[in-house]
Amino acid sequence: MSKQYTGAEIVCRALINEGVDVVFGLPGGAVLPLYGVLSQFPEINHILVRHEQGAAHAADAYSRSTDKVGVAFATSGPGATNLITGLATAMMDSAPMVAITGQVGRSAIGTDAFQETDITGATLPVTKHNYLVMNASDIGDVIHEAFYIAKTGRPGPVLIDIPKDVFTEKSYYNGRNEISIPGYKIPSKTTKNKIDEAVALIEKSKRPVILAGHGVIISKAFSQLKEFSEKSQIPVVTTLLGISSFPEDHILSCGFPGMHGMAYASLILDQSDLIIGIGTRFDDRIVGDPKRFSTKSKKIHIDIDASEIGKTIKVDVPIIGNIIDVLNQINPELSKNLRPEWLDTVSKLKVNHPSLEIPNSDHLLGQSVVKALSEITQGNAIICSGVGQHQMWAAQHYKFIQPNSWISSGGLGTMGYEVPSAIGAQVGNPDKLVWSICGDGGFQMTMMELATAKENNLPVKYAILNNNHLGMITQWQGLFYNEDYQAETYTGNPDFVKLAESYGIKGLRVDNKDDLFDVIKVANSHSGPVVVDFVIKKVDNVYPMIPAGQSVSELIGENI
Amino acid sequence: MSSNKNQRTITSLVQDRPGVLSRISGLFRRRGFNIASLAVGSSEEPGLSRMTFVVEGSATSLKSVAEQLDKLIEVVEAKDITDKNIVWRELALIKVSSNEKTRSEILDLAKIFRVNIIDIGVSSLTMEITGGKEKIDSLIELLRKFDIKEVIRTGRVATLRGTLIEGRPDGEYKSHSGANIQNDSEEIYESGSV
Ligand SMILES: Cc1ncc(C[n+]2csc(CCOP(=O)(O)OP(=O)(O)O)c2C)c(N)n1
Repeated sequence: MSKQYTGAEIVCRALINEGVDVVFGLPGGAVLPLYGVLSQFPEINHILVRHEQGAAHAADAYSRSTDKVGVAFATSGPGATNLITGLATAMMDSAPMVAITGQVGRSAIGTDAFQETDITGATLPVTKHNYLVMNASDIGDVIHEAFYIAKTGRPGPVLIDIPKDVFTEKSYYNGRNEISIPGYKIPSKTTKNKIDEAVALIEKSKRPVILAGHGVIISKAFSQLKEFSEKSQIPVVTTLLGISSFPEDHILSCGFPGMHGMAYASLILDQSDLIIGIGTRFDDRIVGDPKRFSTKSKKIHIDIDASEIGKTIKVDVPIIGNIIDVLNQINPELSKNLRPEWLDTVSKLKVNHPSLEIPNSDHLLGQSVVKALSEITQGNAIICSGVGQHQMWAAQHYKFIQPNSWISSGGLGTMGYEVPSAIGAQVGNPDKLVWSICGDGGFQMTMMELATAKENNLPVKYAILNNNHLGMITQWQGLFYNEDYQAETYTGNPDFVKLAESYGIKGLRVDNKDDLFDVIKVANSHSGPVVVDFVIKKVDNVYPMIPAGQSVSELIGENI
Repeated sequence: MSSNKNQRTITSLVQDRPGVLSRISGLFRRRGFNIASLAVGSSEEPGLSRMTFVVEGSATSLKSVAEQLDKLIEVVEAKDITDKNIVWRELALIKVSSNEKTRSEILDLAKIFRVNIIDIGVSSLTMEITGGKEKIDSLIELLRKFDIKEVIRTGRVATLRGTLIEGRPDGEYKSHSGANIQNDSEEIYESGSV
C-alpha cells in the first residue's frame, strides 16, 4: 500500500502534478491546514494578496497571458465571497482558473457556523463548474478534473470547496488518473459538410469580412487566422476581446466595431455580404439592434460552444469546434483570392472615417497618453486595463502587434480589474513589459494590491488616466441623462504619486503634453513597479459612439 | 403534441449526485425559462437519472435550451425532442368526493377513461390515470362537478418513438408514414384499465 497523505498535502501534490508553480491567495481559519503544509512544497510560490478579489483577478490574468491555469486560495465565508467578482469576470470572458476555498468542518456544514457560506451554491452561476469535496480520498481526482474542465472546451473558472477537516484527513493519492467525465463533451473535429458549405460561401462572397473574437486567442489560432485572411484577402475586424488576435499593423486589420469601435469597422460589417464570426458571441455591444445589424450579409459562425449559435443573430452556416482545428480544415480548401474592389472600398472607408483622430487640445488627453505608450513600446507591451473611458481609449489607440497582449474585462466590465490583472500578467510573463491602463475610479477599487506588486518586486507599470471623474458615467449622464451629473466626480482622490511612494513604489506625474514621452521612458527604464499619474482633461467623451441597442446609422461623433 | 411554440420538451440523462437539480434549475432561472413540469427518476444505467422537463420561455431564448443544459458538466445528454415524433405520458392521482349518489356516475367515467380506482373511502375515491396531458385535463374537467379534493400530477415523461424503417434514427416523423401511430386525440382512451 502506498503512503497516506493529509488532504492538504494531496492538494499541493495534485497542484504540482498540474504544473502549478504559483498561487495567489490569502489565508483564514478554514484554509489554514492547507497553508500549514505549503512550506513542504517549495515548488509552489504563494503570492499573498491584500484582498481575495485581487487573487481571483491575478489568477485569471495569469491564465489569460500564459498557457497555464491560474490558481487562487481563499478561506471560507468572507474570503470565498470576496472571490466572486473575480470568478464572474473570468466566467464571462471564458478565462480558465481554479479557486480553492476552505470550508467549515464537515460536521458544522449547514449549521450557520462561524464563517460558513454555501460557496458552491453562491458561485453556481459564475463558475463553469464547482465542487464540495467531502473526503480526502476524492481531492486528487477532483483537482485533476477541475484543471481539465477549466482549460478545455470553452474555458472557465472552477471552484473547489474543501472543509477544514478534509484538509487534515489522511488518504491515498496516486497521481493523475485517466480523466473520464461522462457528461463533459468537448467538440471534436467538425464535419466536412459544414466546412464545404462555409468554403463555398466564402468563394462566392464579394464582400466578406472576418469578425475575430476572443476564441481565436483562447485557441491560439493566430497563424491560422492570418493564413485564412491573407489567402482569401478578407479584412479582419476584431471584437473588443479579439484585439491582439491579429496584428494591427497588418494591411487587412480593420479595428474593432460596435459601441466605441472605429466607425469604419462597423461600416465594413454593415456593408459586407458575408460575416465570418470566429470565436465570438456576437455580443450586444457589437450587434446593437439585432434587427438592423449587417442586414445584407450571410453569417458563418465558428465557435466551440454550440449554445452560442443563433443566440443573438441568425446564422447561415454554424460550425462547432475548436477554432484552430476548424481553420486548419478550412485553410487548405480556400482558393487564393484578390478581391480588389472590396479591398478598395474597405480602404476608402478607413480613409473617410478615420475615427481615431485625436482632437487638438491644450490639455493632456487620455487618447494621447495611450498613443504615446503605443509608440514608445512599439505595440509590443502587454496591456491590461480597467473599465471605462480609459479602457476604450486603450483599445482604440494602442496598436497591438503581439498575439494575446490585451487583457481586459470585456464581458463583465469589472472596474478594479486593472491593478491585480497586471500583477497576474507580470507574474506569468516576468520578462515582458506590462502596462496597466487604469481609471482613477477603478484603480481605487483594488489599489491595495500595490503592496503585492512591491512585495514581489514586480515591475508592473500603472498608467492612471486621472480625470477625477467616473469618466464613462459622466459621458452617459451628459449624453443620455440631460446632463444631470450625479455621483460621478471624485473630489477626494489621493495624491497618487505620494500614494505610490508610501508603498515604496516609484510615483511619477504628467500633467502636460510636453513631458509625456520622457516620463513614460523613465517609467520603462525603472526596474520595479511604477505608478504614473497622468492628469488628463477632466471631461472628455469617447468617440465614436453607437448608443446601446442602436445601429451604425445612429453613430455619434463622426459623420457617416 | 402541444402546439405552443414557447414550450419545449427536453429529456436528459444526468449524473445522480447532490446538487445537480439545483444546477439545472439555476440555469433555467438565469436564462428566464419557467419549468412547466419536471419528472425525475433513475434510468437504465446505474448512477444516471433521467429527467424530463417541459420548459417555457421566449421563443428565441428557448432555441438553445438543450445546448445550454448539455454544457452542465453533470448532464450527460440533453435533447430537445419537441419537434420529434415522441410518445409521452403523465400520471395523475385524482381524489374526488363521492357518496352513494355520485359513486356510480364516477365509476362510469372511470370506465370510459379506463383508469384505475386505487382507493375507496366513505366520502371519497382516488383514481390513477396515465396518458397525455389532454386526456388527464379532460378527465379533471369532467370530475369537477363532483368536487375534486386533490390532484397530483407527475409531469411529463417522454421518449422518441422507435423507427419502423431500418437505418433511420428514432423519432423521425417521416419514418412512420403509413404506420399505425396514435396521435394524442386517439390516445385518450388508449391506456390504463379499471
Ligand atoms: C465594479 C464596477 N462598478 C461600477 C461600474 C460602472 N462603471 C462603468 S465605467 C465607470 C466609470 C469608470 O471610472 P474610471 O475607473 O475613473 O474610468 P474612466 O471612465 O474615467 O476612464 C463605472 C462606474 C463598473 N463597470 N464596475
